[in-house]
Amino acid sequence: MSQVATDFESKNPSAGMRWGKYLWDQYSVIFAFLVLVALAAILNEHFLDIGNITNVLRQVSIVGILSLGMTFVIILGGIDLSVGSVLAFSGTVIMAAQVTYELPIWISIVLGLVAGALLGVINGLVITYGKITAFIATLAMMTIARSLALYYADAGAISGFDSSYSKIGNEYLAGVPIPVIIFGLIFLLSYIVLEKTVFGRHIYAVGGNTQAARLSAISVFRVTIISYLICGLTAAIGAVIETSRLNSISTSSSGHMYELDAIAAVIIGGTSLSGGRGRIVGTLFGVLILGVLSNIMNLLNISPYLQGVVKGLIIIAAVLLQKRD
Amino acid sequence: MILEMKGITKTFYGVKALQDVSFELRKGEVHALVGENGAGKSTLMKVLAGIHVPDKGAIELKGKAVHIGSPHLSQKLGISIIHQELNLVPHMSVAENIFLGREQKVAGLFSNFKGMIGQTKQLLDQFGLKLNPSEPIYNLSIGERQIVEIAKALSMKSEIMIMDEPTAVLEESEANQLFTLIRRFKEQGVSIIYISHRLHELKGICDRITVLRDGQNVTTRSLEGLAERDIANLMVGRELKEMYPARPERFGDELLKVEGLTLAPHFEDIHFHVKRGEIIGFAGLIGAGRTELMRTLFGDWKAQSGTVVWKGEPIRIRNPLDAVKLGFGFATEDRKGSGLLMEMNVAQNMTLSNPAKVSRWNLIRRKSEIKVVRDKIQELNIKAKALNGPVKNLSGGNQQKVVIAKWLVSDSELFIMDEPTRGIDVGARSEIYNLIVRFATEGKAVIVISSELPELLGLCNRIYVMHRGRLKGEIHESDANEQNIMAMATGL
Repeated sequence: MSQVATDFESKNPSAGMRWGKYLWDQYSVIFAFLVLVALAAILNEHFLDIGNITNVLRQVSIVGILSLGMTFVIILGGIDLSVGSVLAFSGTVIMAAQVTYELPIWISIVLGLVAGALLGVINGLVITYGKITAFIATLAMMTIARSLALYYADAGAISGFDSSYSKIGNEYLAGVPIPVIIFGLIFLLSYIVLEKTVFGRHIYAVGGNTQAARLSAISVFRVTIISYLICGLTAAIGAVIETSRLNSISTSSSGHMYELDAIAAVIIGGTSLSGGRGRIVGTLFGVLILGVLSNIMNLLNISPYLQGVVKGLIIIAAVLLQKRD
Repeated sequence: MILEMKGITKTFYGVKALQDVSFELRKGEVHALVGENGAGKSTLMKVLAGIHVPDKGAIELKGKAVHIGSPHLSQKLGISIIHQELNLVPHMSVAENIFLGREQKVAGLFSNFKGMIGQTKQLLDQFGLKLNPSEPIYNLSIGERQIVEIAKALSMKSEIMIMDEPTAVLEESEANQLFTLIRRFKEQGVSIIYISHRLHELKGICDRITVLRDGQNVTTRSLEGLAERDIANLMVGRELKEMYPARPERFGDELLKVEGLTLAPHFEDIHFHVKRGEIIGFAGLIGAGRTELMRTLFGDWKAQSGTVVWKGEPIRIRNPLDAVKLGFGFATEDRKGSGLLMEMNVAQNMTLSNPAKVSRWNLIRRKSEIKVVRDKIQELNIKAKALNGPVKNLSGGNQQKVVIAKWLVSDSELFIMDEPTRGIDVGARSEIYNLIVRFATEGKAVIVISSELPELLGLCNRIYVMHRGRLKGEIHESDANEQNIMAMATGL
């Protein structure tokens, strides 16, 4: 939608000004991000080191990927509290496939992705067929998926033996960590789906007004199921990176509270929890803001126990700043 | 003179919404305030209600200058506004809603339900309102809910009542009840500012009229000797031609036939048909089941029994998607609630139901979308500054045209129009009528549901009348008049 060419008076001189106002309306979060980066660079001379920047990007990539999927369901007017647990479940599937069943790595990855997508579809089915609100449906999935993972591994960890698997999480491609590349690719894909496709527009429509969307010949059922599938799939992609980094999954702590970080990033990015409004670009910068914030606090030696306060305040500030009409 | 507003000017982001507007109200007067959408009626009333503070101008209440800085202050000064969209809490009772925010307490803690119910009853009786104070709001019809709003205003001892299109959501009989009430309030010294697009109502209840156009006063005068047509001309500032175009005369094959369609308790055993080139109407009171019938036909609700024949073939419609694919288009009565996606822009709304026209492999092609949308904007004379502005910023008439454009883009052959001119000003209204007739002459078919009988009488070739979920009869244009339709609609 960003192409101003759609404007009737695209030739008129105030187009630049409108473009500016549009940018601020849609992406004030980018501005906030730049301010934060400038601040971080002033506060600590090492912040802008390539090594540090790379580090920040790698640290945010898993929650970042989850946030992208979360953006789909929040624009749809829903939410997915289960992504952290789905990550643990998919991770368990991957490691179990490699360790217990000694399957090839690529098959274990496919199984993990299928597992995540499947749980997402189940979320969608419970919400549509069961007419249960997304909050409750995914809350239930959160405890179920976690519980299954815990049961399988007796609340312990499953560690792999094939070191080639850890390449995904730890190696670089052209100087960029592979997790960051995956994050970037999924961001691009998400951007195209949400902004450029009919399906993306239907997500906005269902989130904006389900009844009007239905009466406009949109299959609300299909849109909902696919959105939750995407969200579950991103959790599973997160699981691939998470398990590969340590070549292990901890069924009790992997993915723990990731759902809240993902939701926070989406909200900081300006997407409305009531649905129908929001931008995936906003989510990208919401993720980066959270990453830079925790990085600079670490560089400044602020107690990790205190960092939650700052994060909480940032969430409130972001919502206050973006409050429009 | 109970109220005088002088030289009110209000600017929004450089656009003058009101320019040196004056308005006065006498005690016990019903004063009509009319103008096209965007003329400044609402802004002026919002100034009075304390929602907007004017840039310039003075307000005097009973001869004393006042500054109305907040809605709360406006209420305290005895001004209340009955909004078009009613602000009631559905799960609370009539009495609780009336005293909402001003609950009476026992021992400063517990709500005094008994006391509130007693007082509500007294208040309702005083004005001859027939409502049960302990009835929950969700059980009430829209007309009854409006009465609760009015009672709420009365309970606050309002001396000035602003009614913003009160009859827009009412059936003829409910509207008549409201008029009786208004006359009674008048006798008791309440002054009323009455905003309406239905000019024919004004004659019976209003004393004087103020016309606004483009944020400026046109005139304030007695309604006496002023014909409906004159008012319309004053509003538009030009001569309006005949409201209804000549209706279509040449019909083609039968497009749709409905037999025995039933969804109890909403409607039962409905039979009707429509040919290409024909405009048919559905008359009836609220709750007669007309909207429910159309929603079912459109696949939004599931019928219990009955058959639908489309172009001679029996068909099954499971959801709106099926209906649209076949060639149905449905302009709902509630544009905000179910017709448009208010946050989305004009282009997105227009292509929503038929994205195939502007996409390939699910990817939207901007160029073809812009072309399709521009064509429709021109064809329907839609006044939208930009394709990428949200439709919520358009006037009611232009929003309705966007809805119509959506179904044109979907290549609809049957247009179901539920209250097609609700909340739409005079100028845009006749454009909508022209479009309806144009579609019919192009070989499409149109079904119109309307609570305004003149609209049905002026447009339709045949009118079906429903009463409590049943079809009471079918009247041809040559036999139709308000009397025989009303008789059927009320079940006589």
